[in-house]
Amino acid sequence: MRRVVITGAGSINALAEGVGATKTALAAGRSGIGALQFPDVERLNVRIGAQIHGFAPQDRFDPGKLALYDAFTQYALVSGAEAMAQAGLENAPDPARWGCIIGTAGGGHGTANDAYRAVYAQGKTRVHPLTVPKLMANAAPAHLAIRFHLQGPGFAVSTACASSNHAIGLAFQMVRSGMVDGMLAGGAEAMLNFGGLKAWEGLRVMSPDGCRPFSADRNGMVQGEGAGVFVLETLDAALARGATPLAEITGFSMNCDASDIVMPDQDSAARAIAEALKDAGMAPEEVGYINAHGTATAANDRIETAAIRHVFGEAADHVAVSSTKSMHGHCIGATGAVELVACLMALQDGVIAPTINYGAPDPDCDLDVVPNEARRAQVGAVLSNAFAFGGFNAVLALRAI
Amino acid sequence: MRSQVHDQVLSIIAREAHREPADLRADMTLEELGLDSLGLVEVIFAIEEQFDISVPFNANDMAQAQFDISSVGAIVRAVERLMSGESPSAAVA
Repeated sequence: MRRVVITGAGSINALAEGVGATKTALAAGRSGIGALQFPDVERLNVRIGAQIHGFAPQDRFDPGKLALYDAFTQYALVSGAEAMAQAGLENAPDPARWGCIIGTAGGGHGTANDAYRAVYAQGKTRVHPLTVPKLMANAAPAHLAIRFHLQGPGFAVSTACASSNHAIGLAFQMVRSGMVDGMLAGGAEAMLNFGGLKAWEGLRVMSPDGCRPFSADRNGMVQGEGAGVFVLETLDAALARGATPLAEITGFSMNCDASDIVMPDQDSAARAIAEALKDAGMAPEEVGYINAHGTATAANDRIETAAIRHVFGEAADHVAVSSTKSMHGHCIGATGAVELVACLMALQDGVIAPTINYGAPDPDCDLDVVPNEARRAQVGAVLSNAFAFGGFNAVLALRAI
Repeated sequence: MRSQVHDQVLSIIAREAHREPADLRADMTLEELGLDSLGLVEVIFAIEEQFDISVPFNANDMAQAQFDISSVGAIVRAVERLMSGESPSAAVA
């Protein structure tokens, strides 16, 4: 089978715009979480989030095109442009052999929120005529495809918090199998609006005061937003055109709990981790870093710890495991893509991002969670976990190259 | 004497658990009644709507320090305290 590498990376999130600046923030243990700013925020009980500020889309995009770009599409386009530039590509080298998969949970959620506000709250009788093509979940991959001439396979994938890992994993499989030669893959999310947060609030899983994964005093998740987009191609093609591989994707697995719609399942999570290792031909002892799903809910962090311990055995005591959601928030459908930046930082730069806001050990989360401060380490292989509502689990395995 | 709040809370829990209010006892847990975490948030939502109050419950608060859900009776008492205007922290003691 063909070897698949990442040759370009792009991201925008509450920490920073750009992969370089995001890495700097992650390494510094900075928090992107603060007071949310949008209309009606005062009617929420939970008013914090990892929100992108000062983005100014009117300065970034052609006004004629911007009418079609929801924020999640804008974030995907900015990230895609950064990734393509790093890969040294203006467009897909062979359009019919290149495609695009973007993970998103809410799609154009802000556009839907604005349209509902117009007709229900403001009593208007019409909404913007481009509301449908703007809010559809496949708008982001569509506009990436238009921008970079990606005429091969393209679609959006929606598995809540695992969407990005599914997108990247499927793209990896397509390139590996020879179905395509290259893919843009990642995730994009922009659900930080009154309607989106009000819905999340009702589930009673959000923290009112901060994201503290694996810490005994954790009390829930904090929403984030943003995007991450990566250029995937074969190692041979990358080397042939003189591109620099950033890391190699070596394994992927996905499965389903097929049980509770929101409660994670330890056995399926463990099975997903084990199958990703198997697909990558990787032993637990080789893994130097796991980017945890680490949502800071009571249930996830306990169950994820148990799943890692089950698969890794004694090796679980020697692997660094951090949840960068403590910094960039839970970017839902984009979270795996933003978290892949932390994986690249470990593999490329030998810097493991910390779990910040870590206060007190929880005996049920007794892993090396890299508390509060980044750490230097030689890392040859990493895993990235995603365990979503719906019970859909997706784990990526990568190696340094 | 049982309060009106008591009867209304029991009626909400019974409805969510697909039971008759008369089948409920104060010492029963939601688990015994077959209510999972999502059933619980539906009970809390119904309580908020019924009494027009805001229930300070976070599913990640393992100590249930803000809103005691350990039994049917505990929930009734917690709602009565909220209705009487006592602060959530007072409800802990």
